[in-house]
Amino acid sequence: MCGIAGLFLKDRTLEGDLGALLAGMLAPLSDRGPDSTGFAVYGEGLDGTLKLTLRGPRTLDADALLKRLGEAAGGPVVHRCHDTHLVVAIPADREAAVRQVLHGFPEVAVVGAGRRMELFKEVGRPDDVSRRFGLARMSGTHAIGHTRMATESAVTTDGAHPFTTGDDQCLVHNGSLSNHNAVRRELIREGLSFQTENDSEVAAGFITAQLRGGRSLEQAMEASLGALDGFYTFVIGTEQGFGVLRDPIACKPAVMAETERWVAFGTEYRALVDLPGIDDARVWEPAPARVYRWELH
Amino acid sequence: MGEVDLARSSVRELNAALHRLGKDTNATQWRVRNPRGQHSVAVGLEVPVTVEIDGHVGYYCAGMNKDATVIVNGNAGQGVAENMMSGKVWVKGDASQAAGATGCGGLLVIDGNASARCGISMKGIDIVVKGDVGHLSAFMAQAGNLVVLGDAGEALGDSIYEARLFVRGTAHGLGADCIEKPMEDRHKAELRRLLDAAGLGGEVDAGQFRRYGSARRLYHFHIDHAGSY
Repeated sequence: MCGIAGLFLKDRTLEGDLGALLAGMLAPLSDRGPDSTGFAVYGEGLDGTLKLTLRGPRTLDADALLKRLGEAAGGPVVHRCHDTHLVVAIPADREAAVRQVLHGFPEVAVVGAGRRMELFKEVGRPDDVSRRFGLARMSGTHAIGHTRMATESAVTTDGAHPFTTGDDQCLVHNGSLSNHNAVRRELIREGLSFQTENDSEVAAGFITAQLRGGRSLEQAMEASLGALDGFYTFVIGTEQGFGVLRDPIACKPAVMAETERWVAFGTEYRALVDLPGIDDARVWEPAPARVYRWELH
Repeated sequence: MGEVDLARSSVRELNAALHRLGKDTNATQWRVRNPRGQHSVAVGLEVPVTVEIDGHVGYYCAGMNKDATVIVNGNAGQGVAENMMSGKVWVKGDASQAAGATGCGGLLVIDGNASARCGISMKGIDIVVKGDVGHLSAFMAQAGNLVVLGDAGEALGDSIYEARLFVRGTAHGLGADCIEKPMEDRHKAELRRLLDAAGLGGEVDAGQFRRYGSARRLYHFHIDHAGSY
């Protein structure tokens, strides 16, 4: 099972509604994946600034952490608190120093990093997790989300999607990979590191390695058709947009819809029914083994 | 005309109302609004009524249908008309995977495309797809007819038994034990009957189709292969 939702806005006037629209897409996917929920939102980005999404226990002394981060960042860090997650904006050239400070807080995990990407995930049903993080108030150009029914690894926050293995890159997965251990070993040899034993994180890492090697998102996704064995529908977020790929057998369901204002992906059509203008949208099932992508120009 | 708005009623309530109808009911025309991709709309009907659904439906719409006519003014999700026994199901948009799966009888018409595994394990149903069908369509198809006006995806008719496949466009590869067979007059007549039933009388020339079926090498036991078991 599992459910995926993705929304890419062509009409900038909808950007303020992005989070609310994604929350509305994730909620009906609850019965496909009630174990955990996560989403990545591509919001505002400033050149020279890196956003880190951090996760810590409720007992975390955020003020103490922010004070230490400010010292490393060379000034007070702009931050926003979303339930168990904290988004901090730091000068990109201070990343190493900030990460060094974070090593001193082992209870704090870096959930995601990027110029524009903010990433949130927790155990729980989508309506609950969306509400706790305040998804409906978030804005941006595109976002992807996932509701998980755990199969390959435990129901934990670390096992929740999206998985990110590079700045502004993330991946959500519906399916199960069979050769992820072998691919993980290869990617580790190439210098990537992984946080979990999860198969989907390997797919994210594979895409990251391809992009680092200079390939386009389209080429990276095409390469994954040959390298990754198993069944999957992937939605992959980058700073500029997102891509969709289904395995050649098309084991997992997928629906896409497009209007002049947006492009949307849903595991089921039910996820799309509240999008503005859906009744006049072009609705279709993405073909197996074909790369679809939408990017900002 | 009976009208059910699925924005106000549940699918269970709709189906229960349709299941309560007797064979001699005079409530023969039903309209369903706002399906919003919900699953199992109008499943298990057993009486000759017509149910017209305005919008896209989710999985298994009109599954197990017997005698009823179900019309979807939109797309259908996976397994539309799954295990249909008789009657007619007409999807005016596209159908997702496994359309008409295991169907035993009746007619399924899809105006758009059908995705992978259309007619998988069909057992007597007739399926007419006006667009393309995806890969592995008619996999292990046992009986009935699959008519495709467009193209068929890879591995058409893999491990097929005695179903007949008619494709007007290109078949992008045949599955194990599926071969092209000669199109005789009796096949053209049968195809003509199916095209007419799908409302394509006069529009489509039965002579433009190729016929595919079983080579019957796979499902018969061959004594020469006894050592393989």
